[in-house]
Amino acid sequence: MNIHQISVFLENRTGQLAEITRLLADNGIDLRAISIAETTDYGIVRLIVDDSAKASSILLQHGTILSMTPVWVAEVPDRPASLAELLETLAAKHVDVEYMYSLFTHKDGFAYMVLRIPDDTMLEDALKDTGLKLVGHEELGIQ
Amino acid sequence: MARYFQPEIETASHEQIRAWQDERLVKQIRHVWDNVSYYRQKMEEKGVTPDDIHGVADLHKLPFLTKDDLREAYPYGLLGKPLGECVRIHSTSGTTGKRVVAFYTQNDIDLWDDCCARALVAAGADNEDVCHIAYGFGLFTGGAGLNGGSHKVGCLTIPMSSGNTDRQLQFMADLGSSILCCTPSYAAYLAEAIEEQGLKDQIHLKAGIFGAEAWSENMRRDIEEKLGIKAYDIYGLTEISGPGVAFECEAQSGMHINEDHFIAEIIDPETGEVLPEGSKGELVFTCVTKEAFPMIRYRTKDICVLTREKCPCGRTHVKMSKPMGRSDDMLIIRGVNVFPSQIETVLLQQGYSPNYQIIVDRINHTDTLEVLVEMNADMFSDSLAKISAAEKELILALKSMLGLSATVKLVAPKSITRSEGKAVRIIDKRKI
Repeated sequence: MNIHQISVFLENRTGQLAEITRLLADNGIDLRAISIAETTDYGIVRLIVDDSAKASSILLQHGTILSMTPVWVAEVPDRPASLAELLETLAAKHVDVEYMYSLFTHKDGFAYMVLRIPDDTMLEDALKDTGLKLVGHEELGIQ
Repeated sequence: MARYFQPEIETASHEQIRAWQDERLVKQIRHVWDNVSYYRQKMEEKGVTPDDIHGVADLHKLPFLTKDDLREAYPYGLLGKPLGECVRIHSTSGTTGKRVVAFYTQNDIDLWDDCCARALVAAGADNEDVCHIAYGFGLFTGGAGLNGGSHKVGCLTIPMSSGNTDRQLQFMADLGSSILCCTPSYAAYLAEAIEEQGLKDQIHLKAGIFGAEAWSENMRRDIEEKLGIKAYDIYGLTEISGPGVAFECEAQSGMHINEDHFIAEIIDPETGEVLPEGSKGELVFTCVTKEAFPMIRYRTKDICVLTREKCPCGRTHVKMSKPMGRSDDMLIIRGVNVFPSQIETVLLQQGYSPNYQIIVDRINHTDTLEVLVEMNADMFSDSLAKISAAEKELILALKSMLGLSATVKLVAPKSITRSEGKAVRIIDKRKI
């Protein structure tokens, strides 16, 4: 049920992020989420796109260093406390979240959270009977 | 105050020096032939035997030794005496990580100490002086060499080693240090610290002996002015013994090579041909008195000029200019020899690409080393924690290989400047 995240290495220089997003835009890639982790020297840009195979091949041709990582998308009700409940549920079952961000897209009454779970074998089990749902490529309309 | 430590040697006539060299060289080549099979094999390959060597005029017939030979023969291959007669080692970095280990008998230590004592006396030291040695002690030759020389002169010796500036200044003031021995950059740093802490009135240095790294005449004037001393240069390398192979006198116009121990030649680094006096070329040393590590025609890779012009100090030994550069890519950073190939070795071991750039600078009188490393697919991850853990490991590995701290900056692939397709490996911003 996991989806593909593209992580890209970028140096901290003016225009680097603009260059990457422009490259993807010119090739008709639709961004569904973007998150940045940075240090003083470099950053890691994490992307969810509508066509990860196409996007990664464009980026590789451009000479970009990237890695593909499986991440999970959880559907959370769009109301206060729902995210806390999700994370409490995971914590109670000892499922670690390394990082997390949200998708731009959402459906009525729900938001989508992207979760990076290093040891994800317990994840589906942890969410069973909680009413919380994981969603995959098809439902998000991406590949 | 004596002007010379060993006047009969330091002011001997050229003929006398040459006679010592001739006699000692013949004996040394016999010693090496009989005891150092690695060099004997080199001689045999060149078709030379000890019978062909009658004096300095035959020196050119002998094969060279280089740092590569030291690596190949590591650790004992160039040893000239049984280990039972050796009393110490010192060590410096090699080209690709294997360190150079030099051995000393007690006689070797004695002659080295004599050389350093000559340097100290040339700088005005006598047994009333307090000699403050802020060179590193340990495998590095700086501390041990000047320490031994200072004992020979009879100075009160303070074996401070480097670092802990506050304690350095406290001892200087409380114990009345009069001669300071350290790297020129550390001297400049100490000078600033003295000024900042307003200790100038309490510190009574009169001279300094500064070596192990390149420094300019501007830097000399700066140090002399700030510390109120006369600053003397000293030259040496672990392979030949350590500091004191050559030293400056009051004329401050080149360093006298201790020719009774070390025969100097200048060669064309490309062809290996010996060049006439006054030519700029690579400095080559032959040790004629050393027993345990008898380097014959060792190529220093330092580019300089020799001169036999009469020196106003009265010393007759040949003078070498400050090294004007290197015939290889070795860098001297904070007194430590660094080869780019060592950095490349570490990068490959740690899984990084061998595309790197070394940026050396001098900030607040201290050399800094930054290594730009191109990120590659193997080392990249979506996790910042993983990347920075690997980066920390790389920093530790560099420190362990080089013996000094470097900072690392991870950069995008293909971002390191290339000139005509060839990567620019070294950017040295130091104005020295």
